[in-house]
Order: sequence, then structure tokens, then C-alpha cells
Amino acid sequence: MSEPETREIRTDYLARVEGEGAMLIRLRGDELEEVQFKIFEPPRFFEALLRGRQYTEAPDITARICGICPIAYIASACNAMEAVCGVDLPDELRALRRLIYCGEWIESHVLHTAMLHAPDFLGYDGAVELARDRRDLVELALRLKKAGNTLMRVIGGREVHPINLRVGGFYRAPTVSELQALVPELEWARDAAVELTRWVAGFEFPDYEQDYAFVGLRQPGEYAIERGRIVSSTGLDIDVSEYEHHFTETHVERSNALHSTLEGVGPYLVGPLARYALSSELLSPLAREVAAEVGLGPVCRNPFRSIVVRAVETVYAADEALRLIAAYERPAEPWVDVVPRAGTGHGCTEAPRGICWHRYEIDDEGVILDAKIVPPTSQNQKVIEEDLVGVVRQSLHLPEDELAHRCEQTIRNYDPCISCATHFLKLEIERM
Amino acid sequence: MSAAGKPTLAVWKFSSCDGCQLTLLDCEDELLAIADGIEIAYFPEATSAQVEGPYDVSLVEGSVTTPHDAERIVEIREQSRLLVTIGACATSGGIQALRNFADVREWIPLVYAAPEHIATLESSTPIADHVHVDLELRGCPISKEQLVETISALLNARRPRLPSTSVCVECKSRGTPCVMVAHGTPCLGPVTQSGCGALCPAYNRGCYGCFGPMESPNMPALAAHWRALGVDDAGLVRALRTFNANADAFREASLEHERA
Repeated sequence: MSEPETREIRTDYLARVEGEGAMLIRLRGDELEEVQFKIFEPPRFFEALLRGRQYTEAPDITARICGICPIAYIASACNAMEAVCGVDLPDELRALRRLIYCGEWIESHVLHTAMLHAPDFLGYDGAVELARDRRDLVELALRLKKAGNTLMRVIGGREVHPINLRVGGFYRAPTVSELQALVPELEWARDAAVELTRWVAGFEFPDYEQDYAFVGLRQPGEYAIERGRIVSSTGLDIDVSEYEHHFTETHVERSNALHSTLEGVGPYLVGPLARYALSSELLSPLAREVAAEVGLGPVCRNPFRSIVVRAVETVYAADEALRLIAAYERPAEPWVDVVPRAGTGHGCTEAPRGICWHRYEIDDEGVILDAKIVPPTSQNQKVIEEDLVGVVRQSLHLPEDELAHRCEQTIRNYDPCISCATHFLKLEIERM
Repeated sequence: MSAAGKPTLAVWKFSSCDGCQLTLLDCEDELLAIADGIEIAYFPEATSAQVEGPYDVSLVEGSVTTPHDAERIVEIREQSRLLVTIGACATSGGIQALRNFADVREWIPLVYAAPEHIATLESSTPIADHVHVDLELRGCPISKEQLVETISALLNARRPRLPSTSVCVECKSRGTPCVMVAHGTPCLGPVTQSGCGALCPAYNRGCYGCFGPMESPNMPALAAHWRALGVDDAGLVRALRTFNANADAFREASLEHERA
């Protein structure tokens, strides 16, 4: 009997993700030998270069980890520094931080949903190609994304790397009328996000589910964004400062990112599917109504349908932004003093892709002695590889190019941000 | 030129946060018009479609930090009629150039448990240290307006209008009172190239130098101002060593303050 045919399916530079990564899948006949999801984005050593910097500098420096979700880094770093210095942010400043975070959710979710991920389901190379046939849809998405970016710009000064956030609050609080001026476009955005949800919910989804361990933040009374306790679908419920007692990061050879596991559980999933499974009852009535209308139950275990959950979260973010603006009164002071004191502080927020966790140790002068940052995509890396195994096993009947495409799509389900995870994607499928 | 006779555009990524190439996708009002006027031939963050080079215009984001990237930029230069670097990483080395002032070999184990798997160079360098660059767009991130102006100029075969004045000039034209004079807030505006629209001072914050040093900045005069506001040499070193730490004027001045 001859050796079974070997095949290798590979993509050396995965498109429509943020950063540089690759995939390799090696098959002997129909036996899956190896699945690798590789991150070759060069390392930038943020945790090392933060040493010796002032505690006030961490938000702007860590923002540069990611141009797509800078608010996630800024907010997590601010939370951590406020925690170490014993400062509880006043409600009105907390609300403003949540409001600009809504802008980031809208711009990041719409970028991924409509421009990077939807083309997979519709057979296009990208949004520009999609626009040749469906200019109306792409124009709707661009205007929706712009609504999120406008929120970022008005509060933060600019869309990428906003300049107005600081440890303790903001440099300048927006006026009531500056925020009120955003209301008509945000009302349009809320309706457009409902339309976006109905559109993506109509895609054809591969029939694939996995029994994930979901991890995310949970905050009583609100869908967690800028604060909360770390909870899991497996019963974990801890303060963000206890993260390292329950989660471990390991460095694997093929990757410039670090892999995370939850003790006693193994790989876990963060991001929209996790947040939705852990807190869907806390979404706004409209977002819940739309989720029900498009057939999302209380938990969604099909990673390909994460695009629908992202769209529902976009409805929520627009709704929540409107609620926060309606309640806004300009704070008397845009920031509170945060006086440094020696100690260790932790901060964790829900980046569009999942929890973004920071720890800093500072001295009495506010000098950073040690820093640790765990971005969402490195936490998802193991689950992505497990999905690839499951999806490949189920899709062996597909021709090579369709199989490769299905695998890339599987990775894009996670909206992977490789720039973040590098401290992380090239796609290869090998058949032997 | 593409088959359709449109100029071709390629977008390349080196060590960076993706924020500057995202700026192209953030041109929500102009993106489809840009795509009508030029063929986006290579832009993996946005599309799986790839057209073989050569390309009329290459936008290059990020700095060179690996031996492989040092070779890749030479190949990209060979395939590009015009090469435009976009953002502080590409034009000066970025925040990751802070390694140029330290020993990166000591840094790797601080982040990675298995340092033997990491390939990196000891310095982070701008693209112009490796190949000829036709045009630089400064900023961390770049300005959307400057990007659109540059693409439109290149499409019309004219030179883009990019200011080379300091942030102070933008503050004046915006009518923002000087934060150093009015509030005693240390500001890098007098030595920093304009282009951001003098954003930080408009938000009651001192400029932190995203666009890098302007042409012939007066660094000693800035240091004297900052000292008068109570900033010591260590503070000056920190302020100059952020996103454009490796830009000549900022690097030289920070080294001087370090020796002082």
C-alpha cells in the first residue's frame, strides 16, 4: 500500500487582518497533522520600554500598540494607574471615558464587520471590490464608521491615537453643545447599525460550533466596556487584580505573541461572542430586540456568526452613546489629581476584540518599575487554532482554494489584531 | 499603470501599530473616490486582491527592526516609482526606537520567556536609512488631510502642499492662546513640525511632538523655556524620547540632556 498523499495549504501573508501573520495546515491524506497560526509581526518590546517612564505616560505610549483600538490601551492603562494610586474616577468622568470607548467600538466593529469580514461571506476580495456592485452598502458602512470616528475626534481630538485622555480623566471636557451636535448622526447610526445587523445576519454561515470557555468583563447594571470584574462561562468571577492567579501566558516557538490559558479550563475565548454570552441581558432593549429578530439566542457558539454579534454590539454602542450624551453635564474639572504612590495596579477593559489587561508597578515618584500587558488576540490564539482543526476536519471535501479560504475566514472570525498580539498571522495549509 | 490605465498604489507595513495605514481607511468621505481614481494594487490590510508590481506609488508604514525587513524594503524600493513613508515609525523609527538608547538584548527576556525564538535588530531605523524616499508624511499618526492632499497631488503630477512650519504657527492661525505663556504648560510646539492642526494646545495640553522636529529647530531655546517652567534634564530627555525619539534633532538634544 502506498503512503497517503500529503498536502500543505498555506497563506504566507494573511489579508484583511491588522498586522502580519500566517497560517500553516499540514494533512496526510485526510489526517490532520498540524495546524499553526503564526504571528511574525516584529516585536516592539513595550513592556520593556515602559520601564523608567512616568506613570502618566503609560496611556499615550501603550496606545501605540494598536492604531485600531487605542482607547482600549489608554483606558486600561488609566484604570491601572488610578487603581495603584487609590483614585476612584468620579461618575461623570467615568461616563465620558465610556462614551469615547463607544466611538471606538463603532469604528472598529464596522471596519471589521463591513470592510474586512463581510467580503468573505460574499465572495469579494475586499470592501473596495464589494463597492463596485454594492456601493450603497459600502457607503452606509463608511458613514457608520465615520459616526464612531467623529465621536472619537470630538472627545479625543483625533481618530487614531486620541490626545485628550489622561490618568485621572481628560485634558478638556467637551461642552454639552459639542456632544449634542453629534446626536442626529448617532441616531442615524443606530438605525444604520440595525440595518447592518439584518444584512450580515442574512449571510450563509458554515455549520460549526465549539463549546467555548467564554471570558469577559461583567459589570452590574451595564454591558461591560470600560470596567468590570473578570468572569467566565466556567464559573470564574474575580477582581482584575487576580488575573495572574488564574491565567497563564506561555511563549511558543512559531510566534512572536504569547499564548494564554485559563487554569483548570485551558484555552478560552474573549471578544464579542464571550461578552454576549456573559451579559446579553444587559444590552439595551433595542439591541436585544434586534438580536432576537435575527435569531441570536442567549449564547452563540458559531464563531462565523460573530459578525452578527459585532453588529448587535454596534447597535448597542450607538444606543449607549446616545444615552450617555443625554445624561451628560460638563464636569466642573476635566480631571482629578492622581498622586503617585508606590505599589502595583491593574486595569482591564473590553477592547472591541476582548479583554485588554494591564499591570504596572510604580514607585513613590511615579516611575514605572515593571509592566505587563495582555492583549485580546494573544488570548484568542489557542482557540483560533482549535477552530482551524475543527473547521478543517469538517471541510476536507472542499477543493484546495476553498479550504484555504475557509481557514482564512475562520481566523478572521476573531478580527485578529496582530499588531496588538505581538509581543502575533501567515496562513499555510500543508498536505503530506 | 494598471490595465485600466489607472495609477497603481501599494501599501506596505513594517514595524508599526497599523494606525497610519488605517488612516487611509478612515478617509470615509474620500475612500471610494480614491479607489475610482487609482488602482489599489497591494493593500493586504484591506483586500486579498494582489496585483504584481511595479507600482506607481508605494506608501510605507513602520520602521525596520528585523534583518528580513531590511532586505524587504530594498525589494519594495525596486518595485516602486515613488516611495512615500507614512508616519513616525517610517520617518524616524517610532516608539520602538527607544531600544536604540538601550541594549535590546536585555529587553527580550523582559517580554518573552523563550528569547531564542525572537529575531530582532538592535535598533529600529527609519525607511530613509535603508533606501531613497521620495516624500515623507510625518505624524503619530499621519494627518488624514495631508494623506488625501498627497494622493491627490501625485494623481495630478504636482508636488503636494505640506507645511514645514512649527506647531506654533498652527496655534496662531487657530487662535489658541499659547499654553506655555498662558498656563505654564511645557509644550514641544516651538520645535515640532506642524500638520496636526495644533491639536494638543486646543485641548489645554502641551504638544508632545507626534510630527517630529521641524526643519532647524531651536532646541536650546526650547530647553531654556522648559527649565524656566521647572522641568529638569531628565524631564527633557523623557519628553524628547517618545514617538520620534530617533529623529536627528530630538535624538541629539536628548543625548545632550542625558549627559548634562
